[in-house]
Amino acid sequence: MLVLRGPGTNCDVETAYAIKELGAQAEVVHVNRFIKGRRSFEEFHGMVIPGGFSFGDRIRSGAILAKLLSYSLSRELQSFVDEGKPILGICNGFQVLIEAGLLPFGEVGEPKLALAKNASARFEDRWVYLLRCNSSVFTKRLSKVSRMPVANAEGRVVLPLGEEARMLEQLEENNQVALRYCSAGGEPAQGEYPLNPNGSYDDIAGLTSPEGTILGMMPHPERAFYRYMYPEWTRSGAEGKGDGYAIFEGMLGYIAKKF
Amino acid sequence: MRAIQEHYRKLGREPTDVELETFAQTWSEHCVHKTFKGIILYDSEEIDGLLKSTIARVTRELSPEWCFSVFEDNAGIVDFEGDYAIAFKVETHNHPSAIEPFGGAATGVGGVIRDVLGVWGEPIANTDVLCFGPLDYPYEKLPSDMRHPRFIFTYVVAGIGSYGNNMGIPTVNGAIFFDESYVGNPLVYCGTVGIVKKSKYKREAKPGDVLLLVGGRTGRDGIHGVTFASSELEEGAEEIFGTAVQIGDPIEEEKIKRAILKVREAELGSAITDLGGGGLSSAIGEQAHHFGCGARVHLERVPLKYANMKPWEIWVSESQERMLLIVPPSNLERVLEIFADEEVEATAIGELIPERRLEIYYRDEKVAELDVEFLFHGLPRVKRIARWSPPELSEPSFEPGKLGEDLHRILAMPNVASKESVIRTYDHEVKAATVLKPLQGEACDGPGDAAVLKPLRSSWKGIAISNGLNPEYGKIDSYWMAASAIDEAIRNNVAVGGRRIALLDNFCWGNPEKPENLGTLVRAAKACYDIAIVYETPFISGKDSLYNESPLGAVTPTLLISALGIVPDVRKAVSMDFKQEGSCIYLLGETKPELGGSHYYKLKGYLGRSVPKVEPSKAKRTFEALTRAIDAGLVKACHDLSEGGLAVALAEMCFSGNIGAEVELSLVPTSQAMRHDFILFSESNSRFLVEVPPGKAQEFEALMRGIAFAKIGETTGREVVVTHHGKEILREDIGELKRSWQSGVRL
Repeated sequence: MLVLRGPGTNCDVETAYAIKELGAQAEVVHVNRFIKGRRSFEEFHGMVIPGGFSFGDRIRSGAILAKLLSYSLSRELQSFVDEGKPILGICNGFQVLIEAGLLPFGEVGEPKLALAKNASARFEDRWVYLLRCNSSVFTKRLSKVSRMPVANAEGRVVLPLGEEARMLEQLEENNQVALRYCSAGGEPAQGEYPLNPNGSYDDIAGLTSPEGTILGMMPHPERAFYRYMYPEWTRSGAEGKGDGYAIFEGMLGYIAKKF
Repeated sequence: MRAIQEHYRKLGREPTDVELETFAQTWSEHCVHKTFKGIILYDSEEIDGLLKSTIARVTRELSPEWCFSVFEDNAGIVDFEGDYAIAFKVETHNHPSAIEPFGGAATGVGGVIRDVLGVWGEPIANTDVLCFGPLDYPYEKLPSDMRHPRFIFTYVVAGIGSYGNNMGIPTVNGAIFFDESYVGNPLVYCGTVGIVKKSKYKREAKPGDVLLLVGGRTGRDGIHGVTFASSELEEGAEEIFGTAVQIGDPIEEEKIKRAILKVREAELGSAITDLGGGGLSSAIGEQAHHFGCGARVHLERVPLKYANMKPWEIWVSESQERMLLIVPPSNLERVLEIFADEEVEATAIGELIPERRLEIYYRDEKVAELDVEFLFHGLPRVKRIARWSPPELSEPSFEPGKLGEDLHRILAMPNVASKESVIRTYDHEVKAATVLKPLQGEACDGPGDAAVLKPLRSSWKGIAISNGLNPEYGKIDSYWMAASAIDEAIRNNVAVGGRRIALLDNFCWGNPEKPENLGTLVRAAKACYDIAIVYETPFISGKDSLYNESPLGAVTPTLLISALGIVPDVRKAVSMDFKQEGSCIYLLGETKPELGGSHYYKLKGYLGRSVPKVEPSKAKRTFEALTRAIDAGLVKACHDLSEGGLAVALAEMCFSGNIGAEVELSLVPTSQAMRHDFILFSESNSRFLVEVPPGKAQEFEALMRGIAFAKIGETTGREVVVTHHGKEILREDIGELKRSWQSGVRL
């Protein structure tokens, strides 16, 4: 498994740890290695683009790393996707996938939607409830309602102005909405703060490609990997797996079966 | 000045501008701590070095084997597990934050992170403690060239969040304190904790080794930062010292961190230090001094942000995100490769030489030649006078009012109220190692006593990070303020399961040349010795920031104590929220009529005189008994009693756990007969509220034998109910109490 980083990526260590805990190999590699041709995406079966502030989130969150990928590595990246190799983008990684055009339609190119500044106009670290809305390779092992933290300043999904309904319909038709912010009981947040922490359109927290092999999500599964990482573990117990475990498990299970 | 004249008369030449600037930096209060190392006349006593006779003396006398490096390096380092040790450093960045709050605070964080990198440490957590003027300070009273506390608060918080979040270092613990004396001079304490591998801690440079400047380019930003820090903030300071505030770039520092950790792992460096106050002049001078040699530096090799900087400007610039590595020549090529891989500039700018002097060249001209011995030992020790007389204060007299209303109002006072709106803007769990988070309880919004981290993937062993700060008590007596701050930092740590505690001290005071200021400083330092020696808690690092004065006056004496404890198994850490109905509520420690400086008095408009004191030997037994009970798994929840006393602690445990409580005040162990409102709001130190399941009560009580404690009530319902000899004196809904507490401070 490749954990791709650029300058300012900062969740790579715990992300690689999560993968290794599941018995898979994970290697953190700088994007420059691929650009300089010293390494190749072909060496890997799956890719995670972890959280952080790649290139200081200058211009827009994730934009510069995305441009490097879609400009210098577009062919390799597209064939990685076309071979059905899974890509998971977490937080800043989700932003990169959007900016690189890979989400929502799996094609390297111009961004089709945006992750805009939170409605609160602030960075916010908060645990949220997530409703599983599809059963892609990443989400099929996830329980109906799960709990993970978001920690971002730009996590608000914004669809193209005037075309929101049409695009949402398209995403729904393809089963691409993977996760929605919801209440503890699983009711959609309906935009209500803080259940929906950033004002995301239709409470969208995560999207998959039409084939379901690319997932971008704002919440951090690697920070909800074990129960002791949960803020309320002193009430409910420190032992056991967290909800984030299922995301990585699903991804690796798919790789094991397919490759 | 006279010592320098004398020195150059002997040499038979005039000093160069580069040389004079070097003395200005190296001999500034910021760098040498003249006051703490000088001679102080205090009453009839002559104190020969305040630091070594109080704070450092604790560590010297205890000399615990688990202290790996104290006071001498960039950060204090204590053993953790196996080859792993923990480094901790806290710095202040006050004056820059007064002038440019975002940049000042951000570079404060960046600077202390580099301190940890400067001991080959991997930064894993940040702390920050902030002091501001009141957010509702009237604009009419504000001098025209001063920023409003609301503005400073907003941008300091933004600066801290920005730097830590961008670097991916969680901000896990802190405090925010408001007082009118901080209007013209806010305090910004930034701390960083890191992991050190003892076998990779290299400090063995020798002549011939290369001086490698790594990181950002050098510019005019931050010139004269230390001399700025060592003077009062006068009107127009912004114009004079506008260049003294640096500009931060956390992504640059993130890249430096990656490269340095790779150099560490491969053991390619022979020494490392950060570039902070004084820039190259301090860093290179100190390294040469430490290794008993000298250095030759070629300033024209330093990569610049723009051309035309004068040699002395290059030499003293405090541009951010720069570090100095010392590398044996045979390793240079590999080190340069590592930095190139991370796209970080690294430049050999000189080398260590056997002669004990600094030779500074610019192009082919020698612009300075300084004797290292004189530079570090030529400064005559200052002699200062300290005076202290107790302020004339008295205890107020008033009748108790409606206690429920008082409790609501105290919960909403800015120094007690929830800081959640601030905490959420800091990423406090990146790295996925923050096990006990700053916000706790059923709705994840209760005020945790300390953060617990699990630094290693391979071990359940953890560290607890906490702090203590009681500026209010310093208005009565700085001795008991310091004692209380130590007690508070330790009890916060013990409350979550921490032990084997190491302390850090950070003094922020007014001009020490004024005998009254120095008097309170001496008293605080003496308390540090008297209390910490009994608690057996060594100081491992510290810093003083004096000259915190503005045209509005000096800041109230402010001592921050930070504590680093060990938690043997993080799964046994205890949070502060009540967990279940029907539990026994125990109060540990003795309650005394100590309301001087309390929030209850403040609410009533008084300061009072009866400042909370500390009885360290008794308190130590309480701490130890509590630790045993936590280890035995008897403690469901634990919270220390601090601002607002019993009433506030009880309310916080209730609304954080969403469970009410009933307590009877006559059961509270007191030192003497006390009025019921005083029992409720006294701020006596060394006390805890503990939740114990009924089935474990007997076992718990057996462990508490020999200390002052009592079962004062139980958890039940949805209200806080307080009785005194059976008569109800307070009944409040926990939801309402929470609302009051959450209404006090909004970002």
